[in-house]
Amino acid sequence: MIEWIQSVFSILPEALQTLVVILLKIVAIVLPLMLCVAYLTYAERKIIGAMQVRLGPTRVGPRGLLQPIADAVKLMFKEIVIPAGANKLLFIIAPILSIGPALAAWAVIPFDVELVLADINAGLLYVLAVTSIGVYGVIIAGWASNSKYALLGTMRAAAQIVSYEIAMGFALVGVLMASGSLNLGEIVAAQSGSFFHWFWLPLLPLFFIYFISAVAETNRAPFDVAEGESELVAGFHVEYSGMVFAVFFLAEYANMILVSGLAVIMFLGGWLSPFQGLPQAVFSIPLLGAVLDNGIHWFLIKISVFLFLFLWFRATFPRYRYDQIMRLGWKVFIPVTIVWLLLLGVAVLAGLPPWFDAV
Amino acid sequence: MGTEKIIFYIFAFIVVFGATMVISVRNPVKAALYLVLTFFASAAIWLLLEAEFLAIVLVLVYVGAVMVLFVFVVMMLDINVARLKEGFIRYLPLGIGVAVLMAVMMIMVVGPEYFGLDKIAAPERHGADYNNIREIGGILYTVYVYPFEIAAVILLVAIVAAIVLTLRRRPNTRQQRPEEQIAVKRGERVRMVKMSAEERK
Repeated sequence: MIEWIQSVFSILPEALQTLVVILLKIVAIVLPLMLCVAYLTYAERKIIGAMQVRLGPTRVGPRGLLQPIADAVKLMFKEIVIPAGANKLLFIIAPILSIGPALAAWAVIPFDVELVLADINAGLLYVLAVTSIGVYGVIIAGWASNSKYALLGTMRAAAQIVSYEIAMGFALVGVLMASGSLNLGEIVAAQSGSFFHWFWLPLLPLFFIYFISAVAETNRAPFDVAEGESELVAGFHVEYSGMVFAVFFLAEYANMILVSGLAVIMFLGGWLSPFQGLPQAVFSIPLLGAVLDNGIHWFLIKISVFLFLFLWFRATFPRYRYDQIMRLGWKVFIPVTIVWLLLLGVAVLAGLPPWFDAV
Repeated sequence: MGTEKIIFYIFAFIVVFGATMVISVRNPVKAALYLVLTFFASAAIWLLLEAEFLAIVLVLVYVGAVMVLFVFVVMMLDINVARLKEGFIRYLPLGIGVAVLMAVMMIMVVGPEYFGLDKIAAPERHGADYNNIREIGGILYTVYVYPFEIAAVILLVAIVAAIVLTLRRRPNTRQQRPEEQIAVKRGERVRMVKMSAEERK
């Protein structure tokens, strides 16, 4: 079987071979990602359930483990209702525009030293540019569905995303100054040393601002005024049903995983182990050494911690009022980032050890 | 070279198609969305020129920020298309005149005798390790540092001017002052009263 596949593969022209390899790599990233998204919804229901002293889903499969599959099947068989007076084409394009960027950004995310689909030198810029396209999904959805609630939700979401993107961008400028590179792999490499070499320490305010802005960017609680059940029913996706609604849902959770991954790469040393810097003998212990050493498992563990924070926020904080969201973004976050960038510039120029003496 | 040419023609076709739709489509929101498409396809063509930094920044700034605000504003406007079309025929000759004049001017400046392949050679191809961003940064902060700084100051002036234009204080509006809210003490808001229990009637 394997030989047969190899022989067929070698017949193909070279350009087609590269294409097949790239497509396989994309599938290898997107499939586990989609599985993570499905089980993130399960984790959300279980964790928030536990925090509110409930059980969460228990019926489908052992401990309710098949619940996300059941949800997906249900949504697939539901009718897609297109509202009267809606713009049909844009109505269908909107969810695609919202999930496309959330998946495309994974192309440059390094999972391990060599484990990255496209190792481009402007990786950070690429991620910023691609994720900024995601807002069109929200805008077009609200406008195309010909509904007041959807349009109001869109207005809020668009203003919020555009405002917080500025603070987020400034936080990323700090990372780029500290690491001296736009390549995500090199950003991680610049943090190697030990737990205290990671950029969370010299960039602490930017780290907090980045993560809070990321929560706002993904329209999650406590910044979920775009949905605001009590005011707008469900915000920009009120009119969506069935699979097109599910795609919006997938996009939201895929974005959560993406911004968590970015936070890990830029501030918490990506795949680097927190035990780095221990004597070399520790890492040569048969099984334990491999676990303690750098590797993709640390990247995944750190992402899970951030995802847990997302769920914890949702269970804990009351929703922000709209004008307070705007005030926080423009009058608090942006000035703080600018001041910290100036301080950081001085620190980088002075070669402050242990972070900036190598640059 | 073959695939590159095909990719170029695909994106060039999208650019021309998008640009035509921007000026011909009736609905302003759709026109703005076609402009987004045009920007995106132009960014792809810039990528073919190995100008990856400029291409990504085009998407980041124009698609991700400027056009979002465009669509945002256009969506809220209730534009009467019929009134906009009034006098279309009456002004058509003048419009054609201006269009022809502009076309002639453009051909004079960017015609084949100035912009042909023999005048401006095809850019040199670089290897995969060539860093476009470093090159731009190097030239922007040395040779062109003053124009760059002046452009930044002009933009700052524009920002301040735009904010001043929208800044109007109406006397009766109420505003939230978070610093005062935080500074509030319990004694200012609540008065504790000590009294004995009243008898039930």
